[in-house]
Amino acid sequence: MMSQLNADGSLRHFLTTEGLPRPLLERILDTAESFSGVIGKSVKKVPLLRGRTIINLFFESSTRTRTTFELAAKRLSADVLNINVATSATSKGESLLDMLHNLEAMQSDMFVVRHADSGAAHFIASHVAPGVHVINAGDGSHAHPTQAMLDMYTIRRHKGELEPLRVAIVGDILHSRVARSQIHALNGLGAGEVRVIAPRTLLPKDVENLGVHVHHDIRSGLRDVDVVITLRLQKERMHGALLPSEQEYYRLYGISREHLALAKPDAIVMHPGPINRGVEIESAVADGPQSVILNQVTNGIAVRMAVMSMCLEHKVAETET
Amino acid sequence: MSRIQIQQGKLIDAAGHNGEIADLFIAGGEIVGIGQAPDGFTADRRIDASGCLVLPGLVDLSVHLREPGADHKASIDSESRAAAAGGITRVLASPATDPVSDTPAVIELVTRRARQAQCTRVMPAGALTRDLAGELLTEVSALKAAGCVALSDGGRPVRNTLVLRRALDYAATCGLPVILSAFDPDLMAGSRMHEGWVSARLGIPGSPVSAETTALARGLALAEESGAHVHFARLSSARGAEMLGRARRDGLSVSADVAMHQLFLTEMDVSGFNSQCRVVPPLRSHADREALRQAVADGTIQAICSDHQPHEADAKAVPFVAAAPGISGIDTLLPLGLRLVEEGLLSLPEMVARLCSGPAEILGLPCGRLDLGRPADLCIVDPETPWWLDRETLRSHGENTPFLGWEFSGRACYTLLGGRLIHAAEPPHPERS
Repeated sequence: MMSQLNADGSLRHFLTTEGLPRPLLERILDTAESFSGVIGKSVKKVPLLRGRTIINLFFESSTRTRTTFELAAKRLSADVLNINVATSATSKGESLLDMLHNLEAMQSDMFVVRHADSGAAHFIASHVAPGVHVINAGDGSHAHPTQAMLDMYTIRRHKGELEPLRVAIVGDILHSRVARSQIHALNGLGAGEVRVIAPRTLLPKDVENLGVHVHHDIRSGLRDVDVVITLRLQKERMHGALLPSEQEYYRLYGISREHLALAKPDAIVMHPGPINRGVEIESAVADGPQSVILNQVTNGIAVRMAVMSMCLEHKVAETET
Repeated sequence: MSRIQIQQGKLIDAAGHNGEIADLFIAGGEIVGIGQAPDGFTADRRIDASGCLVLPGLVDLSVHLREPGADHKASIDSESRAAAAGGITRVLASPATDPVSDTPAVIELVTRRARQAQCTRVMPAGALTRDLAGELLTEVSALKAAGCVALSDGGRPVRNTLVLRRALDYAATCGLPVILSAFDPDLMAGSRMHEGWVSARLGIPGSPVSAETTALARGLALAEESGAHVHFARLSSARGAEMLGRARRDGLSVSADVAMHQLFLTEMDVSGFNSQCRVVPPLRSHADREALRQAVADGTIQAICSDHQPHEADAKAVPFVAAAPGISGIDTLLPLGLRLVEEGLLSLPEMVARLCSGPAEILGLPCGRLDLGRPADLCIVDPETPWWLDRETLRSHGENTPFLGWEFSGRACYTLLGGRLIHAAEPPHPERS
């Protein structure tokens, strides 16, 4: 398996939260904390990555994730290039390797990759030159590690250390790269209990082996939790006979005020966005006092700055000496 | 045709020869003497087989030669040479060619090309339905006259159960066995690996074991009514093997094979997104692998095939989910078979039963045994010399194998088809430091 760590245990790539040692996960959060001060200032830049080239290589469209990566890179003073590659099912494989070889010739230092295929970021990481770093910005249903880390950061900011916390992830776990990365990050950081709540059709087989407690009933699943994470429900799930209707899904698994009342009174509500109001979450909850959804977006910049600077750390050290 | 004396080899087959040292005499393409030369025999050629095993040539039930239609991947010439070098004397070629092998013209094209290569005997399987589309019957008697020894769905299961039932009935009328892939196309759709905890981790769509068992249940029910001999290709699960065993005990005329890689690899081998391990049906759990091994050992599964699917490098140089399925397996069929013996799963005669006589019987061929009057399809194996599978030693045009870098002991040094030498190894592979 492609290793995302250097021989000394530092980050070379950031592909998945699975298997990362706890001190490293905590260092990402601590580094993000230190960058959050920068974002609050009137001059929102540090010269850490001046002269470095970062390429956002997006094979799947995404506005939010790409812009926060772009902002993060710019705040670190790196040069950023955005490449959106429209892919067809047949040509994507070839264009991927061809594109890589072309872009490598531009002396880039880092690729931020989003791709519709699980494993694409690992594939790219295993084909880049030794000095090039890869950050996974979402690959298929496999991983979205920076999203998971910004969620951990948000939880830590609002609830403190993760050890005593009960966290419930509600919704389409089967197709969610975010959920997978969150589960690994939560377990890696020693969260007290991780629950997943979904109908059987939206859960992967043997999901317990990822280290979660499975609930099909939202009432038992949300009882006494400190953190509620709800996932976006894609409309196409109705077509594959996974769900009968949005209405039934909302009735059973939507985060309504009524369902939320089962959680702890001070529980926070999170969502990786973009939200479908009235499908997975009630508007009054999304905009309510327990929602930290907009904080997540802000925190995304600091966390991505942290991961970028940590991957390029060795290079930063080289420039300073 | 030349007369050959194979001297001092250890004779192995599944019908009584268990390693006794004896000379084998060949004339007219047949075995004419064992231990003792027939009267008046003078050898044109002597092959020193001392220290070597003399086996019947291997018969491989599942091979994609890629010709016609995909000769950028491999050709009949390249793959029949690779097969000969791997001790394989007969291969059943998949009808999933382009155009599909559903007419005598395509069958004749394939057999003619194979004859030109003068290596392993290529036996094309005829398509079970026209264009393998699962709708219309093929002209089975014409295909049989053109040389087809079996019909096959070519890895594209017939969706319509009524069509399948009639195809089996018609095949039985013409007296040809039918090879079916044991998976349900809907339960398989979109999947890239076994549905289990590795697919849960990797976020890769999985196909459940029920993809195999539902198709198998349908096939068994139809086989029982039709009177055709139905052979299930490439079983992948413990449950599947169990169902087949039960049906055979009930007296159904059914059989099955397993791909050699299923006996060595599992879903765990996919966990690093290794595109060389993307196969259909997928590599399943450790428990499935152990059950398949057991089924091979006790004879529930009669044959092991290579499921040879050579690809060009680009087909695998993509992320796992986009990679073309299949392993180039023709080079490793015999070496991995010998490894099953080394690991104590099979005796040498049992290995010969699964690789030679078992598949020969399924196709109704006379080869696979070392008896007087049988075709001299032979494989002489030097069992001791260690060697490594790498791009130098690989003979297939397809380099897509997860076994690159594996060390093996034992490989074919001579292969004979009908008394004709179709492979002779160069001096032993150089030792490496």
